Amino acid sequence: MLLIYCPYCEEERSELEFRQAGDAHIARPRNMTEMSDADFEAFFFLRDNVKGLTFERWRHLNGCGRFFNAARDTVSDKFLTTYKAGLPRPDISALRPAASSPVGTAPVETYEATEADAK
Amino acid sequence: MRKYSVFAVAREAMRGHRGWEAQWTSPEPRKAYDVIIIGAGGHGLGTAYYLAKEHGITNIAVLEKGWLGGGNTGRNTTIIRSNYLYDESAGIYDHALKMWDGLSQDLNYNVMYSARGVMMLSHNIHDQQVFKRHIHANRLNGIDNEWLTPEQAQEFCPPLDISRSARYPINGAALQRRGGTARHDAVAWGYARAAADRGVHIIQNCEVTGIRRNPDGSVAGVDTNRGQINAKKVGVVAAGHTSVLMEMAGVRMPLVSYPLQALVSEPVKPIFPCVVMSNTVHAYISQSDKGELVIGAGTDQYSSYSQTGGLQIITHTLDAICELFPIFRRMKMMRSWGGIVDVTPDRSPILAKTPVQGLYVNCGWGTGGFKATPGSANVFAHTIANDAPHKINAPFTLERFRSGRLIDEAAAAAVAH
Repeated sequence: MLLIYCPYCEEERSELEFRQAGDAHIARPRNMTEMSDADFEAFFFLRDNVKGLTFERWRHLNGCGRFFNAARDTVSDKFLTTYKAGLPRPDISALRPAASSPVGTAPVETYEATEADAK
Repeated sequence: MRKYSVFAVAREAMRGHRGWEAQWTSPEPRKAYDVIIIGAGGHGLGTAYYLAKEHGITNIAVLEKGWLGGGNTGRNTTIIRSNYLYDESAGIYDHALKMWDGLSQDLNYNVMYSARGVMMLSHNIHDQQVFKRHIHANRLNGIDNEWLTPEQAQEFCPPLDISRSARYPINGAALQRRGGTARHDAVAWGYARAAADRGVHIIQNCEVTGIRRNPDGSVAGVDTNRGQINAKKVGVVAAGHTSVLMEMAGVRMPLVSYPLQALVSEPVKPIFPCVVMSNTVHAYISQSDKGELVIGAGTDQYSSYSQTGGLQIITHTLDAICELFPIFRRMKMMRSWGGIVDVTPDRSPILAKTPVQGLYVNCGWGTGGFKATPGSANVFAHTIANDAPHKINAPFTLERFRSGRLIDEAAAAAVAH
C-alpha cells in the first residue's frame, strides 16, 4: 500500500484515504456549450494515459478533502512529489537522482527489473 | 502441422513421445508483410488466424514485446458469458460465445471450454431489478439468462450460504447456463499453432518502438528493436499499452490503463461446480480443472502500468468470498498477479479503423476481454481484410466519443466496474 504525502495535512497517509482525480495542469473549457464536438471529445474523453512520469490531481478524500497535485511514475507508482493546487509544475529533474536519464529515455523500471535488483 | 488426435497420442505413447513437433516456429522477421498485428495475446493471434483462414491473407507477422499469451490473456479469470444489456454488446459477446462452442475442433486444440454456467448473485432489490431487466433484454436478443430463487441458486452451487443471517443475504440470482470458463493459455497456444500452420510469423521479444507513415499519412510499417518492418496494414491489439502505441501514430485514445488483479488458492478436490459473480460485494470465483479456486478482484483506484496492484483490493474480495462461501474460510491463497486493462469511458470496446489510413485498433476491453476473444478476433480480421467493419463491430467505433453514440455498459453492464 502506498503512503502519500498530503501537502495540506503535511503528513504521509495511507493511499486508502486518497482518490486520483484526473490530469493536472489542464485548462478546463469555460464555454462548453459552444465547443465543437472534436474539442469536447478531446477534453472530455481522450486521455494521454502516460506510461512513465505523469502530473495528476489527487484528492485527500477521507482526510482534509482537498485537491492537490502530484508527480507520479505510472510504472513504479512512485510519487516523486506532491504539491498544493495552483502551484506551477515542479522541476522534476531536481527531484530525480542525478544518475537517472531524462524522462522518456530512461529504461523502464519493470517489476522484473526491481525484483532482480532485490536478489 | 501434424493433427492432434487420440491416434496421435497412442502413436506417440508407443514411440516414447519423441515425435511431437513444436507447436509454432520462431522465424526471423521479413522486411515486409501484408499485415502486422501488434500484440500476441488471444485477440491478436486470433486476428491473424482468421485473416489467414477466412480472408486468404497469410503474409502476416504478429509482433509481441514479451512472450506469447503473457499479457492479460494469461492473467485473467477465464470467465465466459454474453449477458450484456445493449443490443450492440449482445451482438459481439454472443458472437464470441457461439464461437467458443466448437473452437477446440476448429483449432484442433483443446481450449477446455466448459459451459458450466455463470451465476450472478442478487443481494438487494436494486440488483434484482437490474438483473431481471438484463434477463428480459437478453431473451429478446436470443441469449439465455434466467432468474433463480435463493434455493435454486444454492441447488446450482451448493457451497453458497443463503441463510437469512448471512452477512450478504441473497434474494436471487441470474444464471446464464451457456456461460462458463476456458483454459486461457490454451486459447493463445491454440490460435498460435493454427495461425503458424497457415504461414503466420509469430515474432516474440520484438517490441514496437515506432509506427512509420508514408508522406500521405498512411501507415508504412513499424520500427522495432529487431529493425524496421514494413506493412500497409497494422492492427494494434495491445490491451493496456494501446495508448502508448497509438501515441506513436499521433492518435490520442479514450483509454485509461488500470491494474486488475486475480489470485488462485491451493488446489483442492472438485467442490465448486460453476462460476459465481457478485457485483455488489465484488467477488468472482470458479474452480479450475487443476483444483485451484480462481478469484477475480477489482481494479485499483488509480491508473498505472505497474502490473501489480494494491493488497487491499484482493483482501477486499477475499472478505466477500469468505462471507458468501464460509466453507472456504481456511483456504490458503497461493498466487496473485496483476494485468493492465484499458478502460473506455463507456466500458465498451473499440474495434475500428482509425484516423490513420491502414491503422486499425482493437482495444478497450477493460476488465472483461477474454470472453470475447474468438468473436473479437473474427470481426477484427474482417475489418482489416476489407478496410471496413463487420456488421457486428460497426457500432464499436472510435468516433462514437465524438458523436455521442456511446454503448454505455458502464452503468448497465452486468459487472461492477
